[in-house]
Amino acid sequence: MIDSKTLPTNYVTKPEKRATSTGRSLRTDEMIINMGPQHPSTHGVLRLEIVVDGEIVVDVIPHIGYLHRCFEKHAEHMTNYQQVIPYADRMDYLSSMSNDWAYALTVERLLKLEVPQRVEYIRVIMAELQRIASHLIAVGTYAIDMGAFTPFLWCFRDRERILDLFEMTCGARLLYNYIWVGGVSHDLPAGFVEKAKDFCKDFRTTLKEVHDVLTYNEIFVKRTANVGVLPKDVAVNYSCSGPMLRGSGVDWDLRRDDPYGVYGKFEWGVQIGKGTKGTVGDCWDRYMVRMNEMEESTKIVEQAIAWLPEGNVQSAIPKRIRPEAGEMYARTESPRGELGFYVISDGTASPYRVKGRAPAFVNLSVLPEISKGAMIADLVAIVGSVDIVLGEVDR
Amino acid sequence: MTAQEIHDSLKAKFEGAVVEAKLDAPQPWIRIDEHRIRDVCRFLCDEPGFEFDYLMCLSGVDYNDGNLGVVYHLSSMPQKHKIVLKVRCTKEDPHVQSVASVWGTANWHEREAYDMFGIVFDEHPDLRRILCGDDYPGHPLRKDFKVPEFYNGMKVPY
Repeated sequence: MIDSKTLPTNYVTKPEKRATSTGRSLRTDEMIINMGPQHPSTHGVLRLEIVVDGEIVVDVIPHIGYLHRCFEKHAEHMTNYQQVIPYADRMDYLSSMSNDWAYALTVERLLKLEVPQRVEYIRVIMAELQRIASHLIAVGTYAIDMGAFTPFLWCFRDRERILDLFEMTCGARLLYNYIWVGGVSHDLPAGFVEKAKDFCKDFRTTLKEVHDVLTYNEIFVKRTANVGVLPKDVAVNYSCSGPMLRGSGVDWDLRRDDPYGVYGKFEWGVQIGKGTKGTVGDCWDRYMVRMNEMEESTKIVEQAIAWLPEGNVQSAIPKRIRPEAGEMYARTESPRGELGFYVISDGTASPYRVKGRAPAFVNLSVLPEISKGAMIADLVAIVGSVDIVLGEVDR
Repeated sequence: MTAQEIHDSLKAKFEGAVVEAKLDAPQPWIRIDEHRIRDVCRFLCDEPGFEFDYLMCLSGVDYNDGNLGVVYHLSSMPQKHKIVLKVRCTKEDPHVQSVASVWGTANWHEREAYDMFGIVFDEHPDLRRILCGDDYPGHPLRKDFKVPEFYNGMKVPY
C-alpha cells in the first residue's frame, strides 16, 4: 500500500537550474496565476490562486465562498423543520435527493421516528438513481476537461432519462423537495417501475460504450494515470470521503459501514481503486471508482424495484415536528461522499443550529496536498477528479 | 470501545481535562478543557485501541448564554466506534486550541468556525475567513448578529 513517503519519484518534479552554454544560470521566478472564479474547468465559481514555477505548480490556495447563500443561517430562521428541506436541496444541486435524505434522516433520528418500508425502498431507488445521474455529470464533464466530447453527450443523454423519472414522480427536474421528514411527497406514479427497469437495462450499454471510448483510451489514461496521487493516509487524515477516499484504496462506504435505510438487504459491492493504470489513488482510479459505482447502483435499483413493498408513503409524516431538546449528527453516503447534518434542537418548532458537513468542502481541502509538483494542465485533471459542486462547498 | 471506557481512560490520562460528560445521550459526548483539547485529540488519534483517525465534522455553536462552543464528531475506521467531544469558550475571550495538526481536515472546518462564530483557534496554520469576504463585519452565525445596514456602500435589506 502506498503512503506519502513512497510516492513515485517522478511525481514531484523539482525545477532544474537552467544554464546557458557558458554555464551562466538563469533565475526562475515564481509567478502567481489566478484560475477562476470564471473558468470552464473549475466547475463553478472556484478561484485557485496558483504559485507556478514555469509550468510547475508550487502551491495552490483555493478561495471559496463565491456561492455562499447562508444555508445554516436560513435553517435557524425557519418556522418548521420541514421548511429546511428546499434549502438543503440547493446545497448540492446535482444530487438533491441525497441532501434531502440526509437532512430528513437526521431529524427522524432526533425524533426517533420509524418510516414505512415502502418509503425506505423509494428513498433507496431515488438516491441510487441520483447517484448515477450525479456520477454521469462527473464523468461527462471530466471527459470534456480531458478533451473528449462524445462521452459527455452520451452521459447527458442518459442522465436526461433519470431526470424524466424524477419529473414524473415529483414534478421537478433538479431541486425536488421530495424526501420529507417521515416520508416522501408523492408515491411513485403509474409507469415509473417499467420506465426505471428499462433505464437500468439500457444503461449498462451506455456504461460499456463509455468504457470503450474513454476509460481505456490511451490519451485519457496518459492524462489521468499517476496524476494527483492521493495516498491512503493523507486521504483519511483529511477526512476525504466517497469516490475520493475509495479511489485511494480505502474500503469504506457508509451505506455498508454506518448503515441507514435498507441498504443491508441488497447485494452490491464497495468499489475501491486498485491502481490498474498507475498508482493507487490517482485520478484514473477515482474516475474508475465512479464508473464502477454506477454499475453497483444499477444493481441496487433493480433489486429495490423488484422487492418494492406496498404501503402508504405519507402515513408517518408528523403533523408537528417538535423534537425534545438534544442533538444529532447523522451521515449518509451522497455521490460525493459523507454528507452529514448536525442538528441541535432546543425543543421548539425550528432547529437551533444546523451544520451541513458537505463532502465536496472537505474533499476540496486536500487539493493543495495533491497538486504540488504537478503541471498546470494536470491541475485541471486533478480538480475535475475531485468532483466538486460549488453549491455544496459554499453552502 | 464504549463511551464510558473512553471517558474513564481520558479521565485517568488527563487529570482535570474532562470537564463534563453526558454518556447516556443518544450520541454520548465528553466536554474537554479548551486549552487541552489538542493533547486529548492527539492521544485519541494515535493511541492503539482508540484510533480515532477520522474527524467527521467540526462545528461551531453559539449557546446564547455568553458561551461559544466547538463540537468534534470523531469516528474510527479500524475500531468502528464514535465519540463526540465538546469545548466551550466565552464570547469575550473566544480562544480554543487548534487541532489542525492532528487532522488535516480540521484546517478548513476551523476556518469556517472562525468565520461564522469568531472562535479563534490558537496555533492554527492559516486562520483566515473562508466563506464570507475578508471585509465582512462580524460573525454571522452568532445569535446576537445584526445584519449591517450597508455593506461596502450597498444597502443590505434591499
